[in-house]
Amino acid sequence: MNRYWNEYQKAIADDHYFYERSCIRQTFFPGSETAFLRILKEELGKDIYDDFRQHTCTGIGYHADIVPIETTMTVVARLFSLMTEHGYTNYVPSCVTSFGVFTEVIHTWQEHPELLEKTREYLYKATKREFEIPTNLVHPSDIIYKFREELAKKMKYRLVNRFTGKPLRVVEHIGCHYAKIFPDKGIGKAEFPYVLAGMIESWGGEVVDYPERRHCCGFGFRQYLIQENRGYSISNTKKKLESMEPYEPDFIVTNCPGCTLFLDRWQYTIAEMEHKTYDKDGYGIPVLTYEEMAGLLLGYDPWELGLQIHQVQAEHLLDKIGIEYNPNDKFKGVSGKIFRKPEKPTILQV
Amino acid sequence: MKDFGFAIEKPRALDTDKTNRELYTRLLKREPSFARCFQCGMCSATCSARNFTDYNIRRIHTLFRQGQTQELDQMLKACMLCGKCTLVCPRGVNLRHLIIQMRKLLNND
Repeated sequence: MNRYWNEYQKAIADDHYFYERSCIRQTFFPGSETAFLRILKEELGKDIYDDFRQHTCTGIGYHADIVPIETTMTVVARLFSLMTEHGYTNYVPSCVTSFGVFTEVIHTWQEHPELLEKTREYLYKATKREFEIPTNLVHPSDIIYKFREELAKKMKYRLVNRFTGKPLRVVEHIGCHYAKIFPDKGIGKAEFPYVLAGMIESWGGEVVDYPERRHCCGFGFRQYLIQENRGYSISNTKKKLESMEPYEPDFIVTNCPGCTLFLDRWQYTIAEMEHKTYDKDGYGIPVLTYEEMAGLLLGYDPWELGLQIHQVQAEHLLDKIGIEYNPNDKFKGVSGKIFRKPEKPTILQV
Repeated sequence: MKDFGFAIEKPRALDTDKTNRELYTRLLKREPSFARCFQCGMCSATCSARNFTDYNIRRIHTLFRQGQTQELDQMLKACMLCGKCTLVCPRGVNLRHLIIQMRKLLNND
């Protein structure tokens, strides 16, 4: 059994990472990337570099067919040149879309060395910069997975319902571009994705196995970018939510910005359109990033992690785990100023 | 209900736990040979109406078994009741009678 399972693992560097932030995560889940850097630096004592000159990987434009592949390869090359300049070889893109783009571009260069030479030429002509291909390309969730047992020892809380003493039931959702484009780049490959399930099991929770577990979250770029097409997107999300509803999950955790966003925000839209929510009390199912899940269990302040920015509010989940929080600080900014509270939805309870 | 400029589509997957098979059960009582059909498609292959229209007996059989009877009445009107399908059926299903009974059931007869 172990011999076969070894084939489903991937190499993850131990230390010295170059971090690349996501375009959309900083807007939608502003605390997640900061939490990841904090976990790596403070909890694990790792070296990770966060360069302020970084930029988009063009992923959204590329998958929406408005950025040609040659441009994408050159932009990716510039990001790699930042890594090379600082002497790193382990590249860690925050976003699953970026992870997919980088994997695809590196694979293309391996198959077509002439395109790599062209890209080097384009980059040099445009910026006078040079780059090396990373020796280790991993997603941040891979790193958290690798050190999950080490983190478990430092955690203040466990994924256990303190009222019943039973493990929390967690739906895990892997981004399609993490392991479906290049299956061998994901832990557990495309058949048995284990990156989030491993974290949940190590931290005391129970993974929910439901019929549409591997179905798309509904993002799909083209399905969402044009308003008239969004019916495709929301129909996919609804299919997943309906499939998981009978198992009464306590929360959903994902490793992709699109999945977190759509599984979260569409719960509001479905509630407004069809007066339907997917938990017993009408609050919806909270959707967390894996950094938020790890941060909460490590005892970080939920409001510093940015849980108030989510559509489905997480107070019920925090109460179940027993996490302490101050409700008065929910909309307090870093300067201490209290921001205006958002309007309440008509159906979804907050 | 708010208008977001798009609609939620119902999934096209069939939920066999919720399939209404009442009409199919009644049809089997009227034409028991239908239970012998193993969906080989010989009926559709030989059908004259199939040559010139979208009429497809095999598809109609499947939809009837699955309880998806909403559009069947209109589809069945293309059948000319020539009976060639009955002649070629390797399982001896009386298809001509079957189609007549389908029409009757769909019209509450």
